[in-house]
Amino acid sequence: MSKTFKGTIAALSAATILAGSASAQSLSGDLRIVSDMSNPAPRAVMEGLAADFGAMHPDLNIELEIVDREAWKTQIRNALTANAPDVVNWYAATRMTPYVDAGLFMDISDLWEDPAMADLASTKGAMTLNGAQWGVPYTYYQWGVYYRKDIFEELGLSEPTTWDEEIANCQVIVDSGRACYTIGSKYLWTAGGWFDYINSRTNGYEFHIQLANGEVEWTDDRVRETFANWRTLIDMGAFIEDHQAYSWQEALPFMVDGEAASYLMGNFAVAAMRDGGLTDDQLDFYQFPQINPDVAPAEDAPTDTFHIPSGAQNVEAAKAFLLYVTSPDVQSAINGGDALGQLPVNAAAAVSDDKFIQEGFDMLSNNASGGIMQFFDRDFPAEMASVGMEGLQEFMVFPDNLDDILERLEDTRQRVYQ
Amino acid sequence: MATATTQNRSWYRRNEIAVTPWLFLLPGILFFALYVIIPIFQSVWISFHEWDGLGEKTWVGTANYERLLGGDRKFETSFWNNLKWLVLYLLAIPMGLSISLFLNQTVRGIRLYKSLFFFPFVISQVVVGLVFSWFYLPNDGLFDVITGLVGIDIKGGVLGNPNTATYGIIAAGLWPQTAYCMILYLTGLNAVDPEQVEAARLDGAKGLKMLWYVIIPQLKPATFIAFVVTIIGALRSFDFIAVMTNGGPFGSTRVLSFYMFEESLSEFGFRMGYGAAIAVVLFFIMLIFIGYFLWSMYQDEKGVR
Repeated sequence: MSKTFKGTIAALSAATILAGSASAQSLSGDLRIVSDMSNPAPRAVMEGLAADFGAMHPDLNIELEIVDREAWKTQIRNALTANAPDVVNWYAATRMTPYVDAGLFMDISDLWEDPAMADLASTKGAMTLNGAQWGVPYTYYQWGVYYRKDIFEELGLSEPTTWDEEIANCQVIVDSGRACYTIGSKYLWTAGGWFDYINSRTNGYEFHIQLANGEVEWTDDRVRETFANWRTLIDMGAFIEDHQAYSWQEALPFMVDGEAASYLMGNFAVAAMRDGGLTDDQLDFYQFPQINPDVAPAEDAPTDTFHIPSGAQNVEAAKAFLLYVTSPDVQSAINGGDALGQLPVNAAAAVSDDKFIQEGFDMLSNNASGGIMQFFDRDFPAEMASVGMEGLQEFMVFPDNLDDILERLEDTRQRVYQ
Repeated sequence: MATATTQNRSWYRRNEIAVTPWLFLLPGILFFALYVIIPIFQSVWISFHEWDGLGEKTWVGTANYERLLGGDRKFETSFWNNLKWLVLYLLAIPMGLSISLFLNQTVRGIRLYKSLFFFPFVISQVVVGLVFSWFYLPNDGLFDVITGLVGIDIKGGVLGNPNTATYGIIAAGLWPQTAYCMILYLTGLNAVDPEQVEAARLDGAKGLKMLWYVIIPQLKPATFIAFVVTIIGALRSFDFIAVMTNGGPFGSTRVLSFYMFEESLSEFGFRMGYGAAIAVVLFFIMLIFIGYFLWSMYQDEKGVR
């Protein structure tokens, strides 16, 4: 419960401090925000942000519209073109490209020169395209292996740090009649996480990003090496069967029931696992193990963002809102365990004392020297990502089709990056 | 004098007979043009471009069609799946006919039975798809349990196995479509002439002979409508695929309409030119059938006159 207190106090102090400093610049007019934070907890956070920011600027009339998160992925195009709002939600990295190229996101590089933004330096790269910054992050979360500690203890296993240990562990788990990993690949993206990790651990972050940028052929031997490593796991029966029929949520019961020992997932899965009845004594986290010792570990840590459309009417207020959202106190409050339960983007913000957030923060700060990946479907351009993830799913079910899959991906690469 | 009176009458009065029908048709024509005809031409126009829906269109000529028809495997899969849909979906017609024959009797509570049989058509296709996808779930799904009893194990579950997934979805689609055909035939059966049935019975016709030579010919209008709605339904089979497999596993259940949606409007889509090219191809396939239907309707009309 202490985390709740801490969050509340942080939020209170944030409100007071900012209320003091902000009265100097008076903002007025309308500020229209369209947000995709539609799940219950994020929605409360967004509504709180709008209310607090409104309280700081009494002359400013804030109109907040919350759109379904999935629907927003296609609606954003209309929203940005016709009667654009002042602030919108989106995602970092390549996912911004269509809107940056079409001139629909505003270049806010000047905002990034604000001294207050220095604490966001670690995420600047993900917000940069064509040498300019196009938005600010507000939260991110780690990926990694969530596992059943009680099963590991029962089998006398410890957290693996190398690929050999990983495979040895997995063999023990398989021999005990369980699957090492649960996964639901019906909606494809979960397989993207596996590829991100195995590829970056095998060939390094630089290679992974080159592949994402279309600079390397999919039929390259290094890519094949990645798939060979992946296949080791597939052939030993590490993954649950029939995973192509499940969504990621439908794959959770395998872990809850103890039929599978672990899950490579983003931190958002923890809430679902706890809801499923797993206690923190049963549940633990480890970083994806090292495969190639010469390669620095890179981590998937998808970042969610705010942007100002280039058609915004009240740019001044929008920029003030972006600064407000990224300020340390607001960051501590909205990423707290009782709010988003994720990692703050501001280095000066307090990290929730939830054990998984703490572990993730530690991992990303101290042991992700390779780089931060935004996830397969955000680093790769849209068409490459969709064809790619379909191929990855097929590979996980029919590993023998690899040559055909790689040729297909290579065909797509040659067309997409022209 | 006669010319003077013609001069006095207003233009509308003089042309009343010719103009009035067009006035009544005008709103319909206007909206039909705005929402159907013009978009068709726009789609064709877009299909010659490369366009992400936001920026400028780039003219690429027939490049989209060359790629589409020149060995795009997704297109080939979609096309063959469309054919499977077309052929198997027609099963709804004999199935609907047999159910309607079965229900066409007067017993206590027949209205209730009829409405129960019609029920799948009333509920949303999305709900039907969802229910069937649970039915097909590997391990826990009822279908898997039943096939397990007779020793058949479909690897990956019906919807997870690329060899069975399309058939699984078509089976789900047949459920409401059969109900639709059933209701068409039930109304058709009301119009069957009892005197002809009586006469046939006197001549000694019964059972299948009666059905084939007396009943079915009288059901021709119902059969025609059932064909039209079933074929159109098969060609636009989108909801079931989106709900049940989302085109997967690995794209094996795509049909043209779903592929078009994926390319142009889905999360990873917005290749409007290519999507429009698929739409145009689908349009021409549909045009074959629609053309045939219109032609045969025209023939019937002529026959009546």
